[in-house]
This record gives sequence, C-alpha cells and structure tokens, in this order.
Amino acid sequence: MRYESPTTTKAAVALLSGEKGQAYVLAGGTDLLVRLRMDTIEPDLMVDIKRIPAMSEVTKTASGFKIGAAVSGAALEKNKALVKAWPGVVEAANLIGSDQIQGRCTMVGNLCNASPAADSVPALIAAGAKAVIVGKKKRTVPVEKFITGPGQTCLEKGEIVESITLPAPAKKSGDAYLRFIPRTEMDIAVVGVGISLTLKRGVIDSARVSLGAVAPTPLLVKAAAKAIIGTKLDDAALDALAMACTAACNPIDDKRGTIEYRERVAGVLAKRTAKIAYERAGGK
Amino acid sequence: MNDPKYTGQEFKVVGTRVKRPDGLDKVTGRARYGADMSAPGQLVGLMLRSPHAHARIKKIDASKAEKLAGVKAVITSADLPDLTGGNSGLYDTLENCMARDRALYDGHAVAGVAAIDRTTAKKALKLIKVTYEKLPHVTDVDEALNDDAPIVQPRYAQDGRHGNLINKGEFGHGDIDKGFAEADVIVERSYKTGQTHQGYIEPHACLASVSPDGTGELWVTTQGHFAYRNNCAQLLGMDIAKLKVTSSEIGGGFGGKTHVWMEPIALALSRKANRPVKMVMSREEVFKASGPTCSTSMDIKIGAKKDGTIVAARAECRYMNGAFPGMWGTLGGMTAFACYNIANNKAIGVNVLCNRPKVAAYRAPSAPMMAFGVESTIDQLAKELGTDPVELRLKNVAKEGTLAPYGPVWGPIGIEPTLEAVRDHPHMRAKLGKNQGRGVACGFWFNIGGQTCSDLNIGPDGTVNLTVGTIDVGGARASLALIAAEELGIAYEDVRTNIGDTSSLGHNDTTEGSRGTFSSGMATIFAARKAIDVLKERAAKMWQIPVEAVTWEDGSAHAVGNEHDNLSPLTLKDIAKKAGNTGGPIAGHHEATADGAGVSFASHIVDVEVDPETGKTTILRYTVVQDAGKAIHPDYVEGQFQGAAAQGIGWALNEEYIYGEDGRLQNGAFLDYRMPVCSDLPSIDTKILEIPNPSHPYGIRGVGETSIVPPLGAIGNAVSNAVGVRMYEVPMSPPRILKALDDASA
Repeated sequence: MRYESPTTTKAAVALLSGEKGQAYVLAGGTDLLVRLRMDTIEPDLMVDIKRIPAMSEVTKTASGFKIGAAVSGAALEKNKALVKAWPGVVEAANLIGSDQIQGRCTMVGNLCNASPAADSVPALIAAGAKAVIVGKKKRTVPVEKFITGPGQTCLEKGEIVESITLPAPAKKSGDAYLRFIPRTEMDIAVVGVGISLTLKRGVIDSARVSLGAVAPTPLLVKAAAKAIIGTKLDDAALDALAMACTAACNPIDDKRGTIEYRERVAGVLAKRTAKIAYERAGGK
Repeated sequence: MNDPKYTGQEFKVVGTRVKRPDGLDKVTGRARYGADMSAPGQLVGLMLRSPHAHARIKKIDASKAEKLAGVKAVITSADLPDLTGGNSGLYDTLENCMARDRALYDGHAVAGVAAIDRTTAKKALKLIKVTYEKLPHVTDVDEALNDDAPIVQPRYAQDGRHGNLINKGEFGHGDIDKGFAEADVIVERSYKTGQTHQGYIEPHACLASVSPDGTGELWVTTQGHFAYRNNCAQLLGMDIAKLKVTSSEIGGGFGGKTHVWMEPIALALSRKANRPVKMVMSREEVFKASGPTCSTSMDIKIGAKKDGTIVAARAECRYMNGAFPGMWGTLGGMTAFACYNIANNKAIGVNVLCNRPKVAAYRAPSAPMMAFGVESTIDQLAKELGTDPVELRLKNVAKEGTLAPYGPVWGPIGIEPTLEAVRDHPHMRAKLGKNQGRGVACGFWFNIGGQTCSDLNIGPDGTVNLTVGTIDVGGARASLALIAAEELGIAYEDVRTNIGDTSSLGHNDTTEGSRGTFSSGMATIFAARKAIDVLKERAAKMWQIPVEAVTWEDGSAHAVGNEHDNLSPLTLKDIAKKAGNTGGPIAGHHEATADGAGVSFASHIVDVEVDPETGKTTILRYTVVQDAGKAIHPDYVEGQFQGAAAQGIGWALNEEYIYGEDGRLQNGAFLDYRMPVCSDLPSIDTKILEIPNPSHPYGIRGVGETSIVPPLGAIGNAVSNAVGVRMYEVPMSPPRILKALDDASA
C-alpha cells in the first residue's frame, strides 16, 4: 500500500485519478482505518488530505459557510459563528463517537462513508448543504443527492469532496437534529431526524425534514415539510409531521431495530426535533 | 493452629482502604497483559473459523497454505489425536478447540496457522480450502426441543428423551401439589432471557512455546493457569510438570477465562513449527468462539395463602448450553428459591444443546436468569395479594436453620438483614416522578473453596513475599497482603503478593466461584502462622531461651517470664536480618482444600424512568446491599458490588446475542452488542453487611458474584412498575418495551 499526503487539492486529484488499483481518501480515518484493520478493504493507495490547507478550515463566505473536508468534529464545535448559524448541524456532527473520535472525525468523511445512519447527513440535508466536488472539473451536488445507496456515493473515479457549503441561515430560522440510540453515546442511530425551518410572522414559512437510518439512504421528506409549513406547530401539525415521517420510512429489520419500531420512532423524534427547531427560530 | 473456625478477632489493618499494589502499573500501561509478551523468533498464530452454524467438514486442503513462503505450520484436527481416554468433558474441550468431523457453530475453529507475520498468516488462511456440507441448525433453546429439531451432538442423544436435552437437575423438598392445593393465590408466568457475553475488555491472548525436548511454556491471560496447564498437557500428551504456565495480568474474565479456547492450538502450532507462537483473538472471535452465558426460557409458578405465606413454588428453566453440555441448568435449579423458606418447592434446571458457542461461566452462572423469573413472579404475587413486595419477601425469607432447597440447612445467612436494610434505606422513600418506577429483587450465590497452595517468604530486610496460585482478578493481591500483614503484625506496605507460575506452587483451583480471597486468604493465614512459629524459634535461638518462653505480638517476638525481663522484644526485621545465622531463610507454607465457603445474599433497589414513546429505559438510582462476611478491603468489595450490578444492568436492558436465520451471529462487535457505557449508569450506591462466615478464621465470604443475580429481576420489576405493563423478556430493549406497551393497549 502506498501512502501519500499531498498539499493541494489538485495534487490529491492527480494521485487518485492516476491510481490503477484501489484508492482511498484518508481524512480523520475513523471509518477507513477501522475497515483496514478489519480486513474489509485492501487499499493500493491512501491519500491523506489533512495537509491540504484549503481543506482544513471553516470559512465564512458571502453566501454562508464553507467547511473543509479535513475539518474535525471538535473544530466545528469551536467555531462560534457556525454553531450560532447551524446549531443542529454542529450537534449532529458532534454526536459521532467519543471525544477522542471527535478530535479526528470529519463531516465530509461521515458523508462519504455513506452509511444510511450517518448522523451529520440528515442535519446537512435539512440545512440545504451542498458538497463541492473536485475532479476533472468542479461540480456541486446537494447533499440529499450525494449518497446513492448504502456505502455508495455519486463520486466518480478521481473525484474528491473538497468541502461542504452551508447557506447563511434566513432570519427567524432554526435547525435541530435528534437521533435515537439505546444507550447515551458511543452508538449508531436507530433513527435520526434533521429539521430546519424558517418563520414568517410566527408561522412556519419554509421547512426541510430529513430522516436517517430508516431507508437505504438518508431521505429528504418533502411531505413532512409540507405537514408543518403554514402552521404554528400545533398538535395537529405535529401529528401530521409524525405520520408523514412514518410513511416515508423504508427500513429493514435488523439487529438495531425492527421495521415497526423505526417507523414509529421516526414520527416521535420528528415531533421532538421540530419543537427544538421551532423554538430556535423564535417560535412560541 | 489450622482451625478455620471464625474467632471474632479484632483487626488492625484488615478492613482498611489501602492503595492497590497493581494500580500504578495499570494506569501507566506498564502492566503486562496476555498480548504484551513476546519471544525471539515468535510466529503469529491465526485461526480459520467456520462460517456455518452447522456443517459436516468433508475435506480440508491446506496444501497451498503450507507451501506459502513464511508459513511455518498448519494445524487441523488431524494433528490433534484423541488423547482424552474416554473423558467426555475433555473430549468436548478438544472438539471445541478444533472442529473434528463437524463445525458446530458459527465461529468454530477448523484450522490454525502459524506464520512469520500477520499478513502472511492472513494470506495462508485464505489458501486453506474447506469443503463443507451444510447441515440444519438450531440456535433457539425452545426450538431445540421441537420434535423436528436437528440434533446438535448425536453422541449425547439417549433413548427416551429429546436428543438435544442433556439432563435435568431437580431440587427442592415437600409436596408441591399439596402446597398449591393449599394456596389461595397462585401466579404462574413464563419468561425468557437473551444470551450475553461477559464482555471483558481484554481479548484472549497467549504466547506458547514448546521445545523439541517435550517441555513447554505458556504465557496467557487466564483465571486459572493450573487448570489451563492440566487441560493443555492432557490434550497434547505432555507431562503436566513439563508445561509451565504463567498467568499475565488479566483484563477481566468474569468466568470466561476459566476455560481453554485457542491455547492448546497455540501450543500445538508451536510444537509443529518449533518456534514460539503468539495468538490474540479479535473481538469478533471473542464473541463467536469463547464462552458466553446461556439464553433461557422458563416457567415459574408460586402460590401463597391470603396472609402472604408462600406455600408452594415450582420453577422449570431451560438453559441453552451451546454445542456442548454443561452444568448450567443444574446450578440454576439449585439457586431458584434459595432466598426463601418455602415448605413445598421444586426447581428443575434443564440443559439443552444448540448450535451456539460452548457456554462458560459468567459471574454467578445461571442464577441471574432464574432470579429474573422468580423475583418477577414474587412481585406479581405481592400485587395479587395486595401486599408490599419487600414485606412479602421478608415474611417468607430464609433464615439460620431453614432447609435450603438444594439440601443443606442454612447457618447464619444474610438474606433477611439485606432485605431489612433495603426496607429501611432512604432510597425506598425517595419520591418518584412521571414514567418512573422502583423495583427490588434478591439474589443468592453459593461461593466455593477448593484446592489452594500458598508460600510466604520473609526477605533478609524483613519484607515479605506472599506467593499464591489464585490469579488476581478482583483485588486479591491487596486483600491477601492485608491478611499477611494482619497475621504477622507488620505494615501492609511490607508485604508484596505475587501470583506464582505453575512450576512454583502446587495445584491451585481456578479463581472462580468468588474463591480467591476466601481460600487463598485462609492459606495465607496458616502460612503466616507457620512463619511465626519459625520466627519464634529463631528468636529463642537468638536469646538462647526455650521456644516455649517466646510469644508473638504486634510484629515482634516477646520473651515471657520474669527471668527474661532483660530481653527486649525482637521485631520481625531484627529476626529476618539474622536468619542466615539462625537456620536459614524464614518461610511459611500452607496447602489445603478449603472447605466451608460461605454463601452470600444480596438485595437491590433500582429506580428507572421509561420513555413511553421510545421504550428507552434510564437507570436513575441504584443501591446494592450485600453480605460480605468480612470486607477485607472495602473499596474492592464495593467495586465488586458495583461491577456486578453494572453487568446486570447491561444484561437487563440491551445486551443480547442476535442470530440470523442462517444461524450466524449478527452482532459480534461492541457497536451492536450493546454493553452500557459510563454515561448509561448512575453512581451505584453500596452497603456492605458483615455477617461472618463461621467456617473462615476472618469470617470471609466470597463477594464477587452475588450482585449480578438481582439486577434482572429488580429492573424488570422497576420497568414494569414504571410503565404499568409486566415485562417477561430480557433484555428489555426499547423495541421490546414499546411492543409490550402496544400489546397491552391493543
């Protein structure tokens, strides 16, 4: 196995596109190194992106935020502007693993690992985040379209995610992410719900609802957003939201939970998540 | 001098909370565990394991692996002739270490490889071609007893009973039919519990080295290096005295390291390769191919008079033993009604085989499951009678003089005092909020004694080496040093306890059954007293007076009688310094089979909150009350209480082996085998009661196991009280609780 640590995105892309065998991108390594140790992958090339300056910072842009692919979970938490703008996104990213893992793991890594249960992904989808992809040319893909199946992404050979962009939040908006795990931490979501919403004169004017761990890919559930748009999140709206989320689920029965359980808890968590987002938006 | 009777002596250092002798090395990483030893020229050993739950092994072709550069040995069952001489238990061990004609569970070893490095060994595993013929399998304890269930071990099948039913252990007394006829209220329920693993943090690991001259050495993480030595030597045809086994520090065992797994294979590989071989299990291997505990299914029936007198009780519990028979059902049957005085009682423990790994001991093995059924039923009985569940237990509690269900008449025991302490504990009066519930349950464990052999050697500077053969899994080195210091009358810091290897002491039984501090403690007391006899002789020699005129007090020899008024006392250090001139090194030794292990009882209180929308349970508060006999080192005793309760909490709420339709384990990793993490647990309160064991000089009872017995029942009662619906299955995972709520409201 060859290990490379280029200092520019261009060099990283050249290495990846030039490799004939199995090539992998190493950021925090919290998924990749585990898979390497478990013998589920046998890389020919590993490209470490932590020495690429552009990938290692969070920048405030004219349109919002740009989060580099090598930025750790712990660094996100330290960025006060980002926490203020997108608390749900940062909380979701910070739920992953332990403190030690947070020092290494990255949100882009969480996205590229493409687990249906990835914690940061529903929050990113709800926030309207986009992945900035660099290869032969640069392209931008909405996060909800990035993951194409369990462990599968839309990345072509030689492509790499350079950063994730988040819009500047609208006035009177709020976001939140909740997941269900049987323990208190160090666990993987049985259900995850990310919601962002914007109020206009106290009424929900726009919303995005995303579910994780209930389908082969994280879902953007438009029917769930519709259920609360135009409401003040009264009980009827919350019930409609829960029903829409339950209906959108397409889960499997597995060691982590039954179909019945996931469908039910998706609705329960959606209500709780919506209430937090609503309160953060200044709703009463 | 060697009378083990309790004397009620006053203690000076026993009972104090001294620093642990292994603490610094453990927190700095200096301590050496199973995987921390290396030898020049060592090879890496890896195991090829069956991917099938049940399959005939038609052919193993290892020729390509053997030809791979860097591979030094490949072992299959063909390299392991049956040397067990008709000992069926030993043959089971042989077959479990390496499958013979059939693979009996997912993860069963089928071949072993030793190579110059891990990469080569992994490559070699891939080159071994095994031809399997898949056979029908069964992994559920109830399904295993269906008429059409595949028979796991035809050699154990007998006419007149199901081929997977090995035996039934039946215990009790009185006439239960007559008892139930007299009952005004009868509660009869069925329960199930999932299979759990001890979850020790350190995987199995060893370094094996066999010389062409027939001698061998094994460095290994184990609870019993003598048992490992005996087993390995017998399986491999070695002389017991020529195999030296050294126990490493142990990162938890809880019963799972009482049994050999890959160690005989490591030795066999080393013998074949003529190089040292190191083997370290992965976590997945630990889950799939070491010895978890039984899953169970049971029926409990208890009947009482209107006044609360329990007049009859019956329990039948089916214990899933894995692919090889054990005594697990039998142990469970003995424990079922041990906490109570019931005129007519019968408990049956049934041993059943399934295509799962060979079950090993897990902390008070078999008792927690039975207690889940019995303690849940007693709470329901209290409800039917309209009485308080703690009062109902106290009304029927076993006392000194009660005939125990498994035969003996109880001496002084602690179940009533622990229940009274629970009843009077402030925890019982703390207010509960919405969706919260409280539960109480009791538990019993036997504890054992067994073969023990210890040496106590006094150095020239008067410091003391205590060498014992029971490995230290729960603080025994500190406790035994306290005992030696107490007897000799010297400072704790002047005693260093070591675990001797198998060549340095006579056979010691495994550290199991909470026997370490009880039995090695007893041997330490008598070894120290023998050393004191020698110290007195030496003092007499130094003073040139008769030994009858010398007494030993507070760490010094004293000359008695007016004629010796001029002789000032000689300390242990004074005498040790002159040992070379007075007869040589000073030592004490004791070997015995320690009898009279004191039974231990516990009662627990737990408060929980259940989220009715997700079914998730949070443990809010937990209190353990247990009889320790005498707490030699209270910190360690409390640690045992807390650790046992923590493991019980995990078992009650989320831990469970999950098998797929294909008979393969779905969750062989800590991510999906959900043990509690720190933040899942409250700080567990403890209360130590000391009801001395009459058969130990210090009153010691084993303390390590009992407190894993009550948590399943206590949490079952608490959750049921919180949600208003009775839970009949462990683990009470969120999906199970939510489903129970749905079923109840449907």
